[in-house]
Amino acid sequence: MQEAANRPLNIVVLVKHVPDAQFDRHLTGPGHTLDRSESILSELDEYALEAALQLAEARGGEAAGNRVTALSMGPAAAVNAVKKSLQIGAYSGVHLSDEALAGSDAAGTSLALAAAVRAIADADGPVDLVISGMASTDGETSLVPAQLAERLQLAQVTFASELEVADSADGPLVKARRDGDSFTETVEAPLPALVSVTDQANDPRYPNFKGIMAAKKKTVRVLSLADLGIEAGQVGRDGAWTTVAASAPRPPRSQGTIITDDGSAGVQLVDYLAAQKLI
Amino acid sequence: MASVLVFLDVPALPLPRAARELLTLAGSVGEPVVASARPLETELAEALAAHGARKVYEPAGDLDTVLVAAKAAFLAEAATAEQPAAILLGNSFEDREIAARTGIKLGSGVITDAVAVAPDLAVTKSVLAGSWTSTCRVQAGTPIITVKANSVEPADAVEAGAPARIELPVPEAGPAARVTGRTGKRVSGRPELAEARVIVAGGRGMDGNFGPVEELADLLGGAVGASRAATDAGWIEHSAQVGQTGKTVSPQLYISAGISGAIQQKAGMQTAQVIVAVNKDADAPVFEIADFGVVGDVFSVLPQAAAEIRKRRA
Ligand SMILES: Cc1cc2nc3c(=O)[nH]c(=O)nc-3n(C[C@H](O)[C@H](O)[C@H](O)COP(=O)(O)OP(=O)(O)OC[C@H]3O[C@@H](n4cnc5c(N)ncnc54)[C@H](O)[C@@H]3O)c2cc1C
Repeated sequence: MQEAANRPLNIVVLVKHVPDAQFDRHLTGPGHTLDRSESILSELDEYALEAALQLAEARGGEAAGNRVTALSMGPAAAVNAVKKSLQIGAYSGVHLSDEALAGSDAAGTSLALAAAVRAIADADGPVDLVISGMASTDGETSLVPAQLAERLQLAQVTFASELEVADSADGPLVKARRDGDSFTETVEAPLPALVSVTDQANDPRYPNFKGIMAAKKKTVRVLSLADLGIEAGQVGRDGAWTTVAASAPRPPRSQGTIITDDGSAGVQLVDYLAAQKLI
Repeated sequence: MASVLVFLDVPALPLPRAARELLTLAGSVGEPVVASARPLETELAEALAAHGARKVYEPAGDLDTVLVAAKAAFLAEAATAEQPAAILLGNSFEDREIAARTGIKLGSGVITDAVAVAPDLAVTKSVLAGSWTSTCRVQAGTPIITVKANSVEPADAVEAGAPARIELPVPEAGPAARVTGRTGKRVSGRPELAEARVIVAGGRGMDGNFGPVEELADLLGGAVGASRAATDAGWIEHSAQVGQTGKTVSPQLYISAGISGAIQQKAGMQTAQVIVAVNKDADAPVFEIADFGVVGDVFSVLPQAAAEIRKRRA
């Protein structure tokens, strides 16, 4: 099937708006939720965006009909994660925002994101790839990509450290390298597929002046739960399958002993280990 | 007493510490039952029984050629057959994904990064890169909990005989990726990083020479870890990386050598019981969390420490 080869791809990239890990982060309030005042595009999602842009560019980019849509779910300010993605190079953006989403756990997040991916497919045609980061830098659960694959019944290619889309007689195939805990695998899956990428996958580009100017002309579509046919009770704190009862900072580590090597530091180190009964 | 289903992805003999910890934890909450991702040899089934498993669910064939999806489908079937009070898994990336998909299939909440599970199934978990802890509960379905290594002291084996064994048909997994090649990690003879009690980790400051780190790790019976800078430079394999995008570890002793201690590195190791740091730069952030810090050159401090340990043992 000649026309199947090199056909343009419709890619959705998941981008999360998360508290900046460089600042002190804390849980607050009765729901023990994260203070989100100093938030940025999750650094691990930049690898997902870069992977999407490279795959689209390999097929002629936007001019050739490829689509790269950055999708974020979160409060009003989360639109900044979408805007940053547009500046970096995403072709269009979608922001799923609804008061009722506050306090969603991974199950609620994956439910809402799956519905948003379906809505994008309804508007723009079938989605070939959903690409996400390997974990968010706030919840850090890594549950969302696998749960999306389950909900959308997509082949799952997670923790990809190398990625390509190759054409075969049966249509495009995603091929990836995956570093497990005790092995390295090569895997392949027909499209449509869900892919999560690690920080080994590429070197994300930065927004440049041209990108920042171009992003001003791009629009961000805003979706609400009503647009997706989801009821408030299915997501957010009310719909969450997990709940937080208490939270506390880890007790600060007591100030340790710091010595400067005077030629005997190795011996002093062993003295310390012996005193702690560690050798 | 209600049962607690423990999922074991790659059971092997001798039974890994992580598997023994999960069985011990399951036994503190209910009656341990195992779901094994592959059919078991008799000795392995007996070893599981010796560590508390009353019953073992096994697939009738291989689940291995497709990723995650099949294992999740199998675990969901075992859970449906067993109706346990909770499901426990390890906390590796793959375990968490299996938990994730099983959660959707069963309509069950998933809690990751657990460091303790109370008899009433309240879960203590490590959050925000190990800087906070929270107490969580699953309030829908069967609680699915992924537990970090070194969270409990594994109980000793007891005489037990053979567990009841139940074979389940290999489930239809739905669309899935196919594994086209696999290379096992080089066997180093050192403990697994994720479960090691002692870890000696090196960073950019090792300047391409991990010899002193390996020497000290071997003397202490520990595993070798690394910062991303060291794995990116190709000085050591990527699987040794500790941190936000590598492994999170909670050993008794973590020796950080030539690592600055940026937030992404700390995220992987700040729950270690004792942290020792050696770094030339007195302003390195790792010293903020070190119990014992040496401002000095790794290439003189580590070998001197190794020599001193040898001398004391002689
Ligand atoms: C400290 C803390 C601990 C938590 N523990 C749990 C827990 O144990 N179980 C549980 O069910 N929930 C938990 N949550 C809630 C959960 O993290 C969030 O609700 C989140 O929406 C879903 O999981 P995640 O961020 O961990 O996603 P992950 O699975 O870690 O994220 C992976 C990738 O999915 C994509 N993604 C995730 N969320 C969004 C989004 N909103 N918009 C766009 N893309 C997204 C991104 O590409 C991201 O990089 C916790 C939250 C916090 C703050």
